Amino acid sequence: MDQDKAVGTVRLWEIIVALSFLTVGAVVSWDSHRLGSSWGSDGPQAGYFPFYIGVFIMVSSAINLYNALRPRAATGVAFVHWGQLKLILAVLLPSILYVALIVNPWFSLGIYVPSAIFIAVFMRILGKYGWLRISAVSIGVMVAFFLMFEVWFKVPLPKGPLEAAFGFA
Amino acid sequence: MQELLSLAGGFQVAMSWFNLMLMLAGIVLGVIIGVLPGLGGANGVAILLPLTFSMAQQPGGTTSAIILLSCIYWGALFGGAITSILFNIPGEPWSVATTFDGFPLGQKGRAGAALTSAFTSSFFGALVGVLMITFLSPIVAKFALRFGPPEYFSVYLLTFCAFVGMSKGSPFKTIAAMMLGFALAAVGTDTVTGQLRMTFGFTSLLKGFDFLIAVIGLFGIGEILLTLEEGLEFKGANAKLNMKVVIETWKELPRYWKTSLRSAAVGCLMGIVPGGATPASFMSYGLAKKMSRDGEKFGTGMVEGVVAPETAAHAAGTSALLPMITLGVPGSPTAAVLLGGLLIWGLQPGPLLFTEKPDFVWGLIASMYLGNIVGLIVVLTCVPLFAAILRVPFSIIMPVIVVICAIGAYTVHNSMFDVWLMLVFGVMGYVFKKLNYPLAPLVLALVLGDNAENSFRQSMLDSQGSLSIFFANGLVGFITTLSLLLLFWPLISMAIDVLRGKRARTISGG
Repeated sequence: MDQDKAVGTVRLWEIIVALSFLTVGAVVSWDSHRLGSSWGSDGPQAGYFPFYIGVFIMVSSAINLYNALRPRAATGVAFVHWGQLKLILAVLLPSILYVALIVNPWFSLGIYVPSAIFIAVFMRILGKYGWLRISAVSIGVMVAFFLMFEVWFKVPLPKGPLEAAFGFA
Repeated sequence: MQELLSLAGGFQVAMSWFNLMLMLAGIVLGVIIGVLPGLGGANGVAILLPLTFSMAQQPGGTTSAIILLSCIYWGALFGGAITSILFNIPGEPWSVATTFDGFPLGQKGRAGAALTSAFTSSFFGALVGVLMITFLSPIVAKFALRFGPPEYFSVYLLTFCAFVGMSKGSPFKTIAAMMLGFALAAVGTDTVTGQLRMTFGFTSLLKGFDFLIAVIGLFGIGEILLTLEEGLEFKGANAKLNMKVVIETWKELPRYWKTSLRSAAVGCLMGIVPGGATPASFMSYGLAKKMSRDGEKFGTGMVEGVVAPETAAHAAGTSALLPMITLGVPGSPTAAVLLGGLLIWGLQPGPLLFTEKPDFVWGLIASMYLGNIVGLIVVLTCVPLFAAILRVPFSIIMPVIVVICAIGAYTVHNSMFDVWLMLVFGVMGYVFKKLNYPLAPLVLALVLGDNAENSFRQSMLDSQGSLSIFFANGLVGFITTLSLLLLFWPLISMAIDVLRGKRARTISGG
């Protein structure tokens, strides 16, 4: 696809975000109203404060929505170009996979192994490094983190089968 | 002179070898954090906060912990200048004004002069800020002892109205982002009634949203996604800094004493008000440009144009801690993270801290003096090293930073749910930044939400639901009126502009 192709205009995204804010505001107000947003026997009820927060969100996002809908040249520009978005997704999607690998119901790897793989993948694909340097950096960084967190500061991080094999549970 | 005695006691606390080592470590880490894309003062401190949990449990450990964290903050402030001058990338929003003259200076081959003057002015600005904290904070704390719930709520109100009044973008976007912060803060178990609010049956939401996760996601992941748009390369000027350049620049700097003093004053005044550092740096740059004899040449690489914003930004960044320790109201996202640290260590920031934990408070203040001296020496001697960090290819730095963010998010509560939240906040931060929704008010509302709500509820209980309690006496009435004035400032300034023609616009720097 064309690298310079725009993915949505700023106006479109302004509208999407303003509508999301409106929804959040409505949900907040609705839930606060459910809890009771008025004056109980012993003072303000649980929803008293958040109810008005929700109202404020709705009012301000309604104004933002109105501003976004007004035809202005500045909002017609591209929000992000396809080439940029591809790079962003190339980081975001692997990040999601990375977090999923740390702990999941099926096969949790702990934080150290997926982190090393994550660093290695980016060095290979974006940096085109040789495997020797990749393994030196990715394993070195994670060993440093392991020492720092598990040994010196005694902050336990999620661990998987590899750490267990070395006797760290 | 009570302050000087207390300060001397503070120096005794801060001067131990252990604390000095932490100071050095904090500054070095802070500069690295300030230089790296995707890591800044706020999320850097947030990520390292969990490392202090066990440290803070030892006797005197909280002082060491705050020294470490605050020195990371000073380091990050210094680091922001390096990227602005050498790479034209402002590491922090308040470094933007430094790029105007700093980067051209670097292009002209005078990067050394730009860096020296930036660091020296930062140091001077911070020094003025710390002096103000030393002498003003005991007075503010004593004054604040008389505060009741309505007074506190009015101070919170002032904090948030200041954001609306001083925001450069749309005030309604500021309000929307801020209120979203309040709404997120309200999620979870209501502390007064014990009812569940907005959890919708999800048990992971019982504890609510932790602002540290929001900070790591919004500023860390969000920033990385933004950086990716720019491409993968950093191109910058060479960083050579030898003693000769430093001394020559130091000889030149006293000429700008008026600019320095003015910028420091602007910084201190604006720093106490939340969100003040960025406008302070722009404002003092604008003022310097207007009042300097060489005003015409600003933007082409003038040393004075680096002095002004750097002095103001550091003065503001430092004085942002004044309301944090005296009132428990942080003036910036980073101050908010430090406040979060205090709460986790079991300290209640506010006026009582001065009477109950004098060692802690004065140790912190003394460490601000020492930390900035250490910082100045470190950055002046090690600039090439720090600049080399930016030359590490992005394909290595970027995944490492994502990993650091993930570890940081996990360690806050040992929860994987938080790591997922961090990714969500990251995408949110990216979209918000692109559409000019400000992130600082969102974070501050998330931090202060519960306190603001509690003080509001108690005020309402006292007054049986009448808002007139916020005007009940001179003090609370004054703060509330000031807040409302700030809240409607965009409207007021528009009215003034219309009345005076359009002359007034240039001073504020846009």
